[in-house]
Amino acid sequence: MGEWSYIAMLAFVVLASSWLEWVFDLRVYRNPRRLLTTVAIAAPPFLVWDAWAISQGHWFFDGSQMLGIIGPFNIPLEEYLFFIFIPIAAVLTWEGVNAFLALVKKWRSA
Amino acid sequence: MTYSAIASYSVILAIILDLFVIRSAVTAQWRFYFAWAILLVFQLLTNGWLTGRGIVQYDESQITGVRLANAPVEDIAFGFSLIVITLSLWLRLRQKETGASEAEDRARSSA
Repeated sequence: MGEWSYIAMLAFVVLASSWLEWVFDLRVYRNPRRLLTTVAIAAPPFLVWDAWAISQGHWFFDGSQMLGIIGPFNIPLEEYLFFIFIPIAAVLTWEGVNAFLALVKKWRSA
Repeated sequence: MTYSAIASYSVILAIILDLFVIRSAVTAQWRFYFAWAILLVFQLLTNGWLTGRGIVQYDESQITGVRLANAPVEDIAFGFSLIVITLSLWLRLRQKETGASEAEDRARSSA
């Protein structure tokens, strides 16, 4: 079970952020093209940083707590997933905050 | 360059990109800091898991050694940059798709 430790954290990120889509009717997941374009542009520079930091030994991973699937540039699968799901969680949080503030404004003016 | 140095530069670079290149100016809005504060709480939680369990470990010579919830403070700068670039692009792409700015969208939805 230990090898799922990093994946468990990513699953938590997805669970903790995805409900916002439906509760606030955000249209983030329902705009996949814009969402994936955002991730496709934002993630690569950080993956370059990750690859370089790994190659320099700035940070390293406990292989016993990960699935052991290593992708291009010596970056573990979990790290690739990190740079997909963290930006999506950021977008959901941003849109959630905006929807929440719009609701507060509506209540106060009602 | 140490992780501390790169992390600091990344924050400055992310803000410059947001303000002058992508030009969403998300970092000029107080709402952004509201959202970031929420994200920071979850970052401390999830990154605390990664670093506390030793899933991710750091070369001590590359960091200041200041830690918050197990994780090096440098990670907060890393996260900030990632969030700024992501949201800046997200807003820019909306403008591209709908031709409307965020302010116009908001005015329309509240009308």
